[in-house]
Formats: sequence, structure tokens, C-alpha cells
Amino acid sequence: MHVIVVGLSHKTAPVEIREKLAVPESRLREALSRLCSYPGVREGLLLSTCNRVEVYAVVEELEAGYGRVQEFLADTHLSLSSEHLTPHLYWHAGDRAIGHLFRVASSLDSMIVGESQILGQIKDAFEVALTHKASGLLLNKIVKKAISVAKRVRTETKIAETAVSVSYAAVELAKKIFSNLTEKTVLLIGAGEMAKLAARHLIANGVRQVRITTRNFQHGLELAQRFNGTAVPFEDYKTELAGADIVLVSTGASHYLVTADDVQRAMRQRMSRPMFLIDISVPRNIDPAVRPIDDAFLFDIDDLHMRVEQNREDRLREAAKAEQMVVEEVAVLGQWLQSLEVTPTIVALRSRTEELKRREVDKILARLAHLSSEDRAAVEALASAIVNKMVHGTMVTLKAEAKSSSGAAYVDAARRFFNLEETPAVYPPGQADVSELPDENIAGNGVGRLPEASLVQHTSKEQGRRVS
Amino acid sequence: MSSVFFMLTMGLYFVSTVCYLAYLLRRAETLSKVSLGITAVGFATHTIALVARMTDTAQAPLPTFHEALSFFSWMLILVFLAVEFRRQLHVLGSFIVPLALVSLVTAAAFRSDEASSLQPVFKTLWVHVTLSMLGTVGFAVAFIAGVMYLIQDGLLKSKRFNVLYAKLPALDYLDHLNQQSIVMGFPLLTLGIISGAFSAEIVRGTYVNWNPEQTWAMVTWGFYFAVLVGRLTIGWRAKRAAYLTIIGFAGVILTLIGVVLKSHGSVS
Repeated sequence: MHVIVVGLSHKTAPVEIREKLAVPESRLREALSRLCSYPGVREGLLLSTCNRVEVYAVVEELEAGYGRVQEFLADTHLSLSSEHLTPHLYWHAGDRAIGHLFRVASSLDSMIVGESQILGQIKDAFEVALTHKASGLLLNKIVKKAISVAKRVRTETKIAETAVSVSYAAVELAKKIFSNLTEKTVLLIGAGEMAKLAARHLIANGVRQVRITTRNFQHGLELAQRFNGTAVPFEDYKTELAGADIVLVSTGASHYLVTADDVQRAMRQRMSRPMFLIDISVPRNIDPAVRPIDDAFLFDIDDLHMRVEQNREDRLREAAKAEQMVVEEVAVLGQWLQSLEVTPTIVALRSRTEELKRREVDKILARLAHLSSEDRAAVEALASAIVNKMVHGTMVTLKAEAKSSSGAAYVDAARRFFNLEETPAVYPPGQADVSELPDENIAGNGVGRLPEASLVQHTSKEQGRRVS
Repeated sequence: MSSVFFMLTMGLYFVSTVCYLAYLLRRAETLSKVSLGITAVGFATHTIALVARMTDTAQAPLPTFHEALSFFSWMLILVFLAVEFRRQLHVLGSFIVPLALVSLVTAAAFRSDEASSLQPVFKTLWVHVTLSMLGTVGFAVAFIAGVMYLIQDGLLKSKRFNVLYAKLPALDYLDHLNQQSIVMGFPLLTLGIISGAFSAEIVRGTYVNWNPEQTWAMVTWGFYFAVLVGRLTIGWRAKRAAYLTIIGFAGVILTLIGVVLKSHGSVS
């Protein structure tokens, strides 16, 4: 029994390939049942987002399993063939496959490291697999664990805390000036893409008052409608300044639209209420001479970029911590998986019953000291016979089911019925809470066998864009 | 017994100060929890020390400079714990706890173990001292909010997005804290001065005799009055308010030094 993953992501395949492989939600069910109908594929889970398409599966034979899953992927689209796909695919098995899922769930493999959508997408994929019974004992355990690992990474590292896009950096800065954005007014002068995105982020963070002015008043009206704001004539933008707490400027003008005098005047009217000015235009539209004015905080595109760069470094530092957590968690899960092997279970069962028998026989013989040696042998034989008959059925079933799809479930059940937890450590399925798991004995187990830690940060245009 | 707890408190505040200062420099948040724990224990021992002192001397709480300062320090920590509890503003500890430590150490320097032997009539003084001290706590918090404001303002202006920037709260919150502190401190100081005047009338038969200490107190009062009115009417807020409250607190410190010098003068 092997846990494998075969798939491709933004790191290995261009969007032209990814979009062909992507399975729409409506066809997930059909795809899953097709996947599980391949011989030798016991369990399956299909993760399809716009940045990755991955198949997690439990297969009987490793090589054959890889082949089947690749075949499955190639079959999803008419124009694709296995040869087409091969250069873009990655294959992992065992600890590496599990580690890969953990890293994906924790958003360590994402285009924007630390983004949170992927976890929801994994939960959805798991939900679908569960409802269609494609996911069984092993995948259930592994995916649940992946979700708990992702949550641990989220709470114990600061991987998701910082802004990694220019427009979001503006929101982060705004929050260092205004503790509560709900009462604040944003003035949008011009409507470049980045400014619109920033405005959208600000609105998502509570800003309710949006005033928009563009040279083309009609355009301004349309935008105002979209942002639920008010359009104001372009000639009035200077008088609007005083009422704005946050000013976002991005026009194509080649000169300074907002001068130091304008801001000084506005500040006087505002009676020193702080004002946050963001100039996303190139060439700049706000005179840099605004900078020294008290209580007015001007940031241009370079400042925002710098902030993003710093945050990116922070994220990488946090990602390194998260990678370590993944390694630990894979080791813990690896122990559980190991315990599901049939042979060690039978050995453990044998020694456990032998030990029980020994103890009870010794106890009774100590009390029956008058017995002859033949009688003693008879007592011992009786005990052996009972014990062996008791566990015989279990042993036979375990051996018989070892190769069946529910083999792991039988092993797990046997371990629990006979209380075989001690060697090796076994964690009952469903116990996804990391905190309950002991963390000794994890060193060296599976460490270094993870997919090469890819800490490479990928640049992206905007974090705000939906990933799927 | 009170002296044991007093020394213990001083030790705890010292450790907590060190932790809180280290917290400023480090990215990790865990230190703040340690520091908060130590501060909370220190606050408990401090409370015991104050109560024990009261029962030891069988007197109203604040007859001497030592007790007044110790009480001041205790109130500062109380305010900090309240703000921390409501807003989880860990970084405030890095500013308030050191100030509390300084005032406690100063208190230790003026400690005397025998109960002060004031005439009964002087005992009404504790009302004056308590109110003035509460007012002073308000100004101290305003001062700290002002300092934090200027630091954050400077970091934003110079675009130095360091660890401190990440830990300090939003500017307008600091300005709000500044305002609240003065709004609460000013009436208390006013009442403190009025009760002081009444005490003086009882003792000396005149309400005000314009000695340097009283003059300074009146100047301080006038200053904060102006700060408050300026804020409400002509927008003395933000950076200007931060500067003003820092200057004002310097005035308060000078007044306190005046009190100390006077009391020493009267002893010798």
C-alpha cells in the first residue's frame, strides 16, 4: 500500500497546461469515480485549483499506481497525452507525498506563500472525496492531519500576517495611522488599476466613505457606483482634500496635482487630524515636499514596494519555521502509517498474547505447587490452546485482508482491540489534534526525504487576486 | 513585613522592565507574556506591601513622599494592566513598567520605617496627596502615549518599518490615549489642588501662599488646562499634543522635586 501524489503546479507547468487539466466542480464527482475505477487505486483525492492540479491516491503497486494516475490526468483533456504531461509532472510517494500535501495545505508551496485560500480548497476537495467515498482510512487521516498542520503553521508562525502586495501594503500602513478604518473617508484621485485595488482592500477593511474624482466624470460615476461611493467633479479635488483621511492618487498626469500648499491648507482645516496620502502614480502626482508637513503621511510607489519587499523577507523567515513543523508532523504521521503494516501487527499480536498467557499461567502454577510436571504441562497446553484459538481468526483475517482495500482498517482495528499501542506507537485515526501527540521519537524519521524545500518566493502581481 | 514585599516588588518590576525592554527589540511575542506575568505578580506583592504599610503605621495611605511615590507606581501598573487587558497593547508595558520602576526606586530612597508623626490636623492632607497623585498618573500615561506617538510618527515619516513600528499601535489610538489620560487626570489634579488649598487653610490659615511649589503646581494646572482647551477648540492634537504633554509632565516632575526639596528643607 502506497500513498502517492502526482500532479503539477505553477512551479512546473504554464497556465496553458494547468487550465486544461483543471477539473470544474461539476465534473469532480465523475472524475473521482473514474480515478477510483482504475485497478489498484484504493483511495483518491483530486485537488484542482488554478495554480495546481494534484491527485493524491493510495495505490497497491507504486510504479503501476504512478502510471494509472498519470493516465487519469492525461485523460481529463482530449488534447493532452501522457508524453505531453510528463515534463510538467512531479511524483512523490510515502513521506514525501505526505510532506508535499502538508506543505501545500500550509501554503508553503503557493504562489504567494502564506495565502489562506489553499486550505479552504483542500477542505473542499476532501469534502467531495468523502461524499463520494473516494477517500478512505489512509487519506482521511492524512488530509485531516494536513489541515491541522496548516492551522498549526498559521497560528505558530507569522507567515500570513504581512502584506505582500503593493495595494495591501497601503492598507497595512493605513492601519498604523488609523486604528479604525470604518469612520474614515477615502478620496480616490484618478483611477489606475493599483489605486482601485487599494481602494477595494480599504473597503474590505472597513472604509465606508469613498469619494472618487477622475478627469472623465462619466468614468468617475461608474466607479462610484462600483465602490458604493460618491463621484465628485475633477475641478474640486483640492477642496475635497480636507475632508479625506486617506488620499489615493493615481493619474496619468505628468505634473504634481497635489502640492505642499494644498496639503498645508487641508491640514489647517482638518485641525491636525492625520492624513494618509498614497501616490501610486509614475511620474508622481503628489509633490514630495508634502513629506515634512506635520501629521500628513505621504508614501509613494517605491515606499510601498520597499514595504512589500521587507514583508517578503519576513515571510521567508517564517516559512523556514513552517518547513520544520512539516518535517516534524510527517514523522509523526509516518509512525502511524508504519503501524498499519500487517507483519509487525501480527508479530505484536503474537508477543502480546504470549505475554498474557505467560503471566496468567505463572500465576496459577504458583498457587498449584502440588501439581506434577505432566499436570503443569497440561495446564500450560490448555492456556496455549485457548489463546491460539482466540487470536487465530484475527491472524487469518489480517493476512487475508492485507491486500484488500480495507486491509489498513483491519490492522487498525486489531491494534485497538488487542491494545497493541506500545510498539510501534499508534495513533488512532481521527485524532487530528497535534497537541496530543508526543513529539519524541520523531528525529530522523523521514527527515530529509521531503521534497526539496522550495523556499523560493514567487512574485505575483497582486495578492488580492483569487487563487482559483 | 511591608518592606520585604516592597523589595520583592522592586525586584519583580526590575526583571519585568528588562524583559519588556528586550521585547522591544525582538520579533517574538512570547517575551511579552513572560513580562506580563512578572508584572502581574509584582503588582500583587506591591498591593500587599501597600496594605501592610497602612496597617503597620495605622495611618491613612499617603502621609509621606515615600508612600505617595509607591502609590503612584502602583497606579501606573494598574492602568497598564487595565489597558493591556482591554486592548492587548503589550508594547505599552515597555514604556509604563520602566517608569513605574523608576518611581518605585525613588520611593525606596525616601523610605523611613518609623511612622511619620504628623499632627492630627495634617492627616486631612492625604486627600490632597491622593487626588494629586491620581491626576499625576493621568499625566504620566499621557506623557507615555505622547512619547510612543512621537516614536511611531518618526518611524512612519522616515519609513523605518522596524520591529518597533510593528509593535506600536496606530497613531490615532495613541492620540486618543493621550486625550483620555488628560481628560481624566485634569479634574483629579484640580480637586487635588483645591483640597490642598483647604488643608493649607486649616494648617496655616491661608489658602495659598505662593511658595515655589504651589506656584509650580498652579503653572502646571494652567498648562494642562490650556492643553485640554486647545485640543477641544483649535485642534491641538496629534504631534502637537504629544509634545505638549511631554513638556507638561516635565513640569509635574519639577513640582514633585520641589515638594521633596521643601520637605527635606523643613526636616533639617
